[in-house]
Amino acid sequence: MTNWFQRFGAAWITVFERLGRAHLFMLQMLLALPGTFRRFGLIVKQLFATGVMTLAIILVAGLFVGMVLALQGYNTLVGFGAEESLGALVALTLVRELGPVVTGLLFAGRAGSAMTAEIGLMKATEQLSGLEMMAVDPFQRVFSPRMIAGFIALPALAAMFSAVGVLGGHLVGVELLGVDAGAYWSQMQSAVGFEHDVLNGLIKSVVFGFVVCWIAIFEGADCIPTSEGVSSATTRTVVYSSLAVLGLDFLLTALMF
Amino acid sequence: MNSRSVEILVGVFMALFLLAMAILVLKVSNLASFSGNTGYSLYASFENIGGLKARAPVTASGVKVGQVSRIEYDPQTFQANVTLTIKDEFREFPEDTTASIYTAGLLGEQYIGLEPGAEEIFLEPEDEISLTQSALVLERLIGQVLLNR
Repeated sequence: MTNWFQRFGAAWITVFERLGRAHLFMLQMLLALPGTFRRFGLIVKQLFATGVMTLAIILVAGLFVGMVLALQGYNTLVGFGAEESLGALVALTLVRELGPVVTGLLFAGRAGSAMTAEIGLMKATEQLSGLEMMAVDPFQRVFSPRMIAGFIALPALAAMFSAVGVLGGHLVGVELLGVDAGAYWSQMQSAVGFEHDVLNGLIKSVVFGFVVCWIAIFEGADCIPTSEGVSSATTRTVVYSSLAVLGLDFLLTALMF
Repeated sequence: MNSRSVEILVGVFMALFLLAMAILVLKVSNLASFSGNTGYSLYASFENIGGLKARAPVTASGVKVGQVSRIEYDPQTFQANVTLTIKDEFREFPEDTTASIYTAGLLGEQYIGLEPGAEEIFLEPEDEISLTQSALVLERLIGQVLLNR
């Protein structure tokens, strides 16, 4: 019995230890921000690796999600004779929820895992220790630029996702199913408000960008420096950041709308 | 990949971000079509506003001339005070203009319709429209039909 309690307690201590380390890590990353802004080229490079490389999957996913929303929404709304409201339905769903959330999930899978694997391998091959030996702060040089890049890239990708999704909804709803184009856009414009919907969606995606990058970079820097450790850290990044995105989404939605 | 093409692609990426934001702001949300409070205010009190909400359109002859910017309940008069923001280009409404709450379609959203009267004096900004007609509440209408039978 005491053995069981000991193991239970030890497991919790490990969890809190990791959580504490993660927060200290975030603090160090934030403190390194001023030094990072002086190396602007590094941020641009990371923006390429995280943002530009994720662009294709986001645009394709956004187009198809918008098309599916229009198809499903049309079939439901036509039962009430309210297919004119299709534009409002598609736009609100995308801007408020699916844009930030699906982008966050795809970003975690595409960019977050790559970030963890890269940093984990840097650690395994002792490149991070090498940087410290040369008195180069890995926080300024390696971690913070990735953080800022993710912070900028995710809202950008989420906005593109929503915009492309609305166009995809137009493609299916108006061109294919014959909803009036004027009704599609005017219903959308009267239903979607800038502060209430677009800005709140953007805030959501900023939060997701922060959390996903934080988890990805921390898992990479905290992994066991073996090939097995790197692979399990990459898995953890995808699992934890996906769960964090979905959980935070509920919290933010409850606070905002 | 050399750093020049990386920088170009990042530039394209950020430009796409701005484009997407522009689409969201101009095409999807109603920020551009009627931005906030550019216009003058008129006030109207209604016995019952039904399902009228802030940002509902204000029309004259079916054309949108403004929107409802605020709705509040006045405990002194037991009425709803509605603030209308009318675009500046629609200035000259006669003093005996009637403001009525209508419903677009059977189940559609509610809006305020302005019917100009014949008075020579025009409403100034911050004036109150004294002639108002409340929203038609379906339950009350059904009740009246049942009582009058």
